[in-house]
Amino acid sequence: MLSRTADHLFWMARYMERAENTARMLDVNYQTSLLPQSADAAEQGWKGLLSISELSGDFAARYGKVTARSVMEYMVSDPENGSSIRNCLMAARENARAVRGTLTTEVWETQNQTWLEFQRMVANGAFLKDPGTAFEWVKFRSHLSRGVTVGTMLQDEAFHFLRIGSFLERADNTARLLDVKFHAVESEFFGGPHSMGSTAPSAPGEAESSGSSQSQGSPARSGRDVEYDFYHWSAILRSVSGFEVYRKVYRNVIRPEKVAELLILRPDMPRSLAACTQEVLSNLTMIANEHSSETLRRAGRLRADLQYGRIDEILATGLHAYLTQFLERVGTLGVGISRDFLVPVES
Amino acid sequence: MRSSFDEMQISSTQVREHYRGYEQWLAQQPGDVMKSRREEAEMIFRRVGITFAVYGAKDEDGSGTERLIPFDLIPRVIPAHEWVDMEKGLRQRVVALNRFIHDVYHGQDIIRAGIVPGDQIFKNAQFRPEMMGVDVPFGVYSHISGIDIVRAGNADGSGSYYVLEDNLRVPSGVSYMLENRKMMMRLFPELFSQHRVEPVAHYPDMLLETLRAVAPASVNEPTVVVLTPGMYNSAYFEHAFLAQQMGIELVEGQDLFVKDNFVYMRTTQGPKRVDVIYRRVDDDFLDPTAFRPDSTLGCAGLLGAYRAGNVTLSNAIGTGVADDKSIYPYVPKMIEFYLGEKPILNNVPTYLCREKDDLKYVLDHLAELVVKEVHGAGGYGMLVGPASTKAEIAEFRAVLEANPSGYIAQPTLALSTCPTFVESGIAPRHIDLRPFVLSGKTVQMVPGGLTRVALKEGSLVVNSSQGGGTKDTWVLED
Repeated sequence: MLSRTADHLFWMARYMERAENTARMLDVNYQTSLLPQSADAAEQGWKGLLSISELSGDFAARYGKVTARSVMEYMVSDPENGSSIRNCLMAARENARAVRGTLTTEVWETQNQTWLEFQRMVANGAFLKDPGTAFEWVKFRSHLSRGVTVGTMLQDEAFHFLRIGSFLERADNTARLLDVKFHAVESEFFGGPHSMGSTAPSAPGEAESSGSSQSQGSPARSGRDVEYDFYHWSAILRSVSGFEVYRKVYRNVIRPEKVAELLILRPDMPRSLAACTQEVLSNLTMIANEHSSETLRRAGRLRADLQYGRIDEILATGLHAYLTQFLERVGTLGVGISRDFLVPVES
Repeated sequence: MRSSFDEMQISSTQVREHYRGYEQWLAQQPGDVMKSRREEAEMIFRRVGITFAVYGAKDEDGSGTERLIPFDLIPRVIPAHEWVDMEKGLRQRVVALNRFIHDVYHGQDIIRAGIVPGDQIFKNAQFRPEMMGVDVPFGVYSHISGIDIVRAGNADGSGSYYVLEDNLRVPSGVSYMLENRKMMMRLFPELFSQHRVEPVAHYPDMLLETLRAVAPASVNEPTVVVLTPGMYNSAYFEHAFLAQQMGIELVEGQDLFVKDNFVYMRTTQGPKRVDVIYRRVDDDFLDPTAFRPDSTLGCAGLLGAYRAGNVTLSNAIGTGVADDKSIYPYVPKMIEFYLGEKPILNNVPTYLCREKDDLKYVLDHLAELVVKEVHGAGGYGMLVGPASTKAEIAEFRAVLEANPSGYIAQPTLALSTCPTFVESGIAPRHIDLRPFVLSGKTVQMVPGGLTRVALKEGSLVVNSSQGGGTKDTWVLED
C-alpha cells in the first residue's frame, strides 16, 4: 500500500482516538465539578487537564483565567487550538477523505457524518447546554468509528495501520491522564513535588501539576480527605471506563496502587498501557518490512517490560518518572513507525 | 432549426411515448413526496461526501468550500432505438478521432491531403511535439472520451441530436452518472420495477478492462493506478470513487518516482512498479522536467518513461490537439477521410473566426450567436448572444476583434428541455448529455451517460461550476 495512504490511515485513527480521550477527560472534570468542592480544587482539575495536553501556556496567553466554561470552549470548539475536539475530528475526517477509496463506505461515512454533526452541535450550543450528553456523543462516535472499522474492513495493511494509530494514541493518552491525575491527588505518595523536583526528569506541564497538590504531605489524613480522594480515584477510573472493571477485578475498595496496576499492567483492561502496547506490537508484527526491525524490537521490549512489570517496583521508582519514560518510549515508537512505513518528515 | 423541443411533452397535454409510464407515476405522487425525497437525496449526498470543491471559494472559517452538485429527481429518458443510433455514431466518431491523433503524431496524411490546415495543428498549444513518432498500444490515444451531445428542435417539431464538443483530455462526471442511478434506485425502487432501464453500474469494470488492455505489451499482470492532483481538486470525489470501484491505488504525484525509465510508487513495502496511469492531471502538470517546471502534481521523468513505452498514460499526452474547438469543425471530414463513412452524428454548424468571411458574419450577428473561446472550458470565456446585454456584446466584440483566431461561433441552438423539479414546482429546463466512450482493444460504453441540466430558467449553461445540476439518464427499452 502507498506510504502516504498508510500515513493518512494512521493519523485518522490517532485523531479520532484523541478526540475521544479529550472528551473523556473533559467529561470527568465536568462531572467532578458538580460535586461539592472548593473553587480552588475545581480550578486545579481544569488546570490539570490543560497540562495533560501540554496546553497551559497557550491557554493562559489566549484566555487568561481558568474557568470551567473557558477550558471547555478551548478544548471543544476552538479552531486555534490544534488539540481541540473540533480540530481532532476535522483532521480525522480530512485524513479519511484523502484515502476514502481505501476505506469501506461505512468507515468513510462514519467519519464524514461525525464531522458534519459535530459542526451542527457546536452551532446549536450543544456542548454548553448539556456537556455531559455532548461528551458522551463524542465517545460514541469514536466507538462507532472503531467498531465499523473492525466490522467492515478487510484485515490487511490498511487495517493494521488504523489499529496502530488507535492504540499508540491511547497508550499516550492513558499515560498522560495517569500522570497528571495521580500527581494531583497523591503527589507525595507517588513522588510528589518535594521528592520529585530533584530526582525525576521534568515533564511538560509540570509547573502546573506540581503546584496542584492538595495533600501537602500531612501524614494523618482526615475523613474528609479520604472521601475526597475516593471521588478523585473513581473519577480517574470513570474517565477510562474503568470503575466497574475495577470492582469486578479487585472486589475491593478503591486503592490508589490498585488503580495504577489496573491502568498500567492489566493486559485485559482495554485502555491499560499493557493492552495498548500489546495491540501496537501485534499489528506492527503483521506489517513488518525490511527497515522495521529496530522499531519492532523497541515495541517488543516495551511490551515485555509491561508484561513482566510489578506495580510495587514501579511505585518504588516513582510513578511520574516511570510514566515520563513510558511517554518517551511511545514517542520514539511513533517516530520509528513514520520513518519505516509512512511519509518521512523531510520531503 | 429554432423551435423548442421538450424531451417529455409533445404539447402541454400530450406526452411522448417513452415518458408515458413515468408521467403516470409522477401524476400519482402526492405533492410533498418529491420535496421530501429531494431533501433525503441531499442528506445522503452530503453524508456520502459526493461534493466538489469550488475554485477560489472559501468557507467562513477559511477552509475550501465543498458543494453538492444539485441532483434533479426527474430522469432524462432516451428510447432505446435512439440510443442504438447514437452509440453507432459515438463509436464512429471516437475511432476517427483516435485515428486523427495517431496521424498527427505520425505521417500527417490528413494535412498532406489538404483536409485540415497544418497551422491549425502545429500552432495549437495542445500539440505536443514530444509525441511525434511515439507508438501507443493499439494506436489508441483517447481511452476515455466524453462526447457532449445536445438535442435541438426542428421547425417541424421533431428534434435532432448534435455533438457540441469532444472531451479527450480528462473528461469528468462519470461518477455522478453512477451515483445518480444509485440514488434513484434508492429513492424510487418502484420506478425501476415498472420500467426496463438499461443498467450502468458496470462502468468501473469496463474502465478497468480498458486500462488493463492498454498496458505495455510486455506486462502480464499490469498494475493500474489513478493519478489525482489531490483532495482539493474539484473532481477529487470522482478520482477516489473510481479508484475504489476498480480496487486500485489512488496516487498523487509525490507517491511516484521514475528510475531507469520505469515508474514506481512508494509503498509501505518499498517501491512497486506502475504500468498504467489513469491520470486526472492535465498534460502541462505531468512532468516538471518536460512541461511546466513549477508543477508539483506530476512526477519527474514520467515523459521519458512514457516515450520508452514502459508505462501507459491514459489518456495519452497530446490528445488535446483533437478536442480543440478549432479542430471540431473538421471532425465530419475526418470520419470520411479515415473511415470512408458518412458521419452518423451531426456537428453544429460552426464559424471559424480565423477565416475572414466567417469573422465578418460573426461580428454582424453577435446577438444571435454563441461565441466560444477555442481553448476555453467549463463555460468560461464565452458569449451567449441572445442572453447578453448590449454592453456585454460590445465588450465581447472588442475581445474578439483583438484575437479572432481564438474564437469560434455557432448559432444559438434551442437546446431541448426536460421537466425539472425546481423551487416553483416542475418546470422545463435545458439539458445536455455526456456519454463516456471507452477505447482499448475494443470500443465500448454503457448506455446513456451524464445528463446535465441548467437550473436557472432559460439558461443554456449546464456546467456544474456555473450552477448546473445533473439528472439520472435512462435508456429505456422500447
